[in-house]
Amino acid sequence: MTSFDAAALSDAFVTSALAVFSLALVVLAPAAALSRTRTRTAPLSVPVPALEGPRDAPALRSAPTHGSTRLAGAGQAGVVLGTILVCLAVVARGVAAGRAPWGNMYEFGLTGSAAVAVAFLIYSRRRPVGGLAPWTVALVLVLLGVSVTSLYTPVDDLVPVLNSRWLVVHVAAAIAAGALFTVGALATVAQLVRQRRGGNDQEDHFGALAHTVHLVAFPIWTFAVIAGAVWAENAWGRYWGWDPKETWAFITWVFYAAHLHALSTVGWRRRAGLLAIAGFLAFLFNFFGVNLWIPGLHSYAGV
Amino acid sequence: MRTAIVLLVLLALTAVPGSLLPQRGVASDPAAVANFYRQHPDLSPWLDRLSLFNVYSAPWFAAVYVLLLVSMTGCVVPRCAQLWRDFRAAPPPAPRRLSRETGHRRGDAAATTDPLNAAAAYLRARRFRVTSTGHEVRAEKGRSRELGNLAFHLSLLVLLFGVAGGKLFGYEGRVALVEGTTFANVASSYDALTPAPWADVNGLEPLEVTLDDFEAEFETEGARFGEPRSFEAAVSYEGDEENGTFTVRPNRPLDINGTKFFLTGHGYAPELTVRDGNGDVAASGPTIFLPVDQAFTSDGVVKVPDARPAPLALQGLFLPTAVEGPDGMGVSAFPDQVNPIVQLMAFTGDLGLDDGTTQSVYELDFTDLEQVRDGEGKPWRVRLAPGETVRLPDGLGSVTFDGLSRFANFQVARDPGKEVSLVAAILLMLGLTASLAVPRRRIWVRRNDDGTVEVAARSLSRRPVPPGELHALASAIGLSPADGRQHKEEE
Ligand code: HEM
Repeated sequence: MTSFDAAALSDAFVTSALAVFSLALVVLAPAAALSRTRTRTAPLSVPVPALEGPRDAPALRSAPTHGSTRLAGAGQAGVVLGTILVCLAVVARGVAAGRAPWGNMYEFGLTGSAAVAVAFLIYSRRRPVGGLAPWTVALVLVLLGVSVTSLYTPVDDLVPVLNSRWLVVHVAAAIAAGALFTVGALATVAQLVRQRRGGNDQEDHFGALAHTVHLVAFPIWTFAVIAGAVWAENAWGRYWGWDPKETWAFITWVFYAAHLHALSTVGWRRRAGLLAIAGFLAFLFNFFGVNLWIPGLHSYAGV
Repeated sequence: MRTAIVLLVLLALTAVPGSLLPQRGVASDPAAVANFYRQHPDLSPWLDRLSLFNVYSAPWFAAVYVLLLVSMTGCVVPRCAQLWRDFRAAPPPAPRRLSRETGHRRGDAAATTDPLNAAAAYLRARRFRVTSTGHEVRAEKGRSRELGNLAFHLSLLVLLFGVAGGKLFGYEGRVALVEGTTFANVASSYDALTPAPWADVNGLEPLEVTLDDFEAEFETEGARFGEPRSFEAAVSYEGDEENGTFTVRPNRPLDINGTKFFLTGHGYAPELTVRDGNGDVAASGPTIFLPVDQAFTSDGVVKVPDARPAPLALQGLFLPTAVEGPDGMGVSAFPDQVNPIVQLMAFTGDLGLDDGTTQSVYELDFTDLEQVRDGEGKPWRVRLAPGETVRLPDGLGSVTFDGLSRFANFQVARDPGKEVSLVAAILLMLGLTASLAVPRRRIWVRRNDDGTVEVAARSLSRRPVPPGELHALASAIGLSPADGRQHKEEE
């Protein structure tokens, strides 16, 4: 046991993160609307010291001249602060439980929210994809809000079958891949909407972001599925049993594989986007639908 | 590729119904299909005809993945051959107009060194394949991308072999062991055994396993009161080559030469001694009672066909922590043994054990049984705590509750394909990572007749050429922008 109440601290961080993200959303939404009318390529990111060595490309950033840019700056600061708070909530929850904080659906939702926010911050740096910020923040708010209101469970020990190193690895990979899939799905929707509106294809920043994110997410998801199989072998004596959870993990994987193939197929870009979204919907269904509605060996939702 | 995409989408879609409809042989609930049949008697036979209760062994499901793997092989093997030729050929010459390529820059080289030699040395040190001619250096790197792609696709075939190994030669079985009893690993000792078509059920691993002790711990406070916290089954085993002791826990099976014992459940086995009307011991020892709820309220029966004067059967309810229920009936409040009680009813008559049909040891066949009644004609019931003995009415005998053992359920599995599958999975992971993370690219360095040097790169995959790579090369050969002839980099 810890000497201070880490669980309550975690809950307080969650509440503050919800507040900060809400404020950020209030600021970002009009900023995005304004900047859309002015310039399409205003970058979201505050300048970050170059990590990739010298670059001789001309800076994408321009001096903050519009009010919208100042608004966006404030919103961006809010996103960063909210992200830090929700990460602290995850850490405190882990300390309170004395284990990796992803043992039930509430913790999965909490850690997942943090992961989505972090993934977005990492991959939106240096890219003119500021228009995605309000959508991402809204999504994180929904996920965090749902977790707190309907999935909340007090800190507790795990049931014995979940007490495994492979669980830590498997679920961590699933959360990381899921967060990237989420950013990928948002970027893909933005890309499809833009194409429909006839945006010029020369600078498809949303498509580029989606592509990068999916390339990273797919192997991580593959690893999550494999780690899950190793765990299942260790716990139940078979590494694959077409349990509903396994089945939907497989469906997700296959849709994203189809997406990657479609990217290399001429004339299939739009369909590639739709396949990525199908994969994301399968992923979502695995988290919400399967946990809550379909009985199976993975019924540990704890709600 | 189009075929591949269509088949992949088809594979994803055909996998869906199996997760929504109950499936035969999917572990969580063996009775699920039967229940579904009962609820939908008209629909079920049709679903069954379409193999919708065993989707993952259905012919149409197999057709999709076999077609996919065939198409994949047909696509990837020729690519293999092509790659082999590519890899042995030297990197191709620079395109005429280098200025159209990625990261193109032109400038004057430092006078001190020969820029082409310096570039070749630099690129070789960075593990590029390099050819030099008098006026240009051609370099290529990132073959591991293509190799990874091949390894990834071919690993799917290896995986198929691994899966088939288990599906054709493996087996799964279930056995419940009471503390102190020994299980001999032969087909007839299993409570249930499901061998694959070509599994050798007469040649199971020669092995004896004894459950020495079983310990369970449960949450004693808070909202999760009564939830399991730890299970430990201490076993000793004796095989042909080795023997020893081991503690089986969830996620920690006993593994003897690939035959694995997994702990999947547990419960109580009250030790009941039945003396018949003559005072002779007619039955004795622990009897497995099957848990029916989270608090381990458990059901069980004791059959005593040889009792005199009349055959006897006991039907019992075991409560590990008995408390008074709302209607005066005993219920269990906690899964651990705090206040263990057995409640018994008795029957006499023909137990139906001799009529040739197999009967569950956990259930009574009531057809020819008559309930034992007390002096007032009411059904005879007793509650016994450990150590207590009670007489049955009408001189039928007596029952003693001697004490309590636990039993553990083991799932036993042998899957001779699983190592192959694991190798395939590792190959798959490595191949995939290389195929997605490695950029395959060419770099050219050319010396023009006017003495300037040009550098440019081209990506051969959808990954961009790593930023900074050309910059580093340019600094390595001391390239400085040529006066007046400076070309803006196009990125
Ligand atoms: C069995 C199911 C299959 C799976 C799971 C699968 C998966 C993948 C994955 C994940 C990639 C990496 C994508 C990338 O490089 O961006 C890939 C690439 C590729 N696949 Fe498949 N594939 C399958 C079947 C096929 C088939 C049937 C073909 C032949 C038509 C094929 C041909 C290719 C080719 C040529 C590439 C390289 C594409 C590139 O470098 O851009 N694959 N595959």
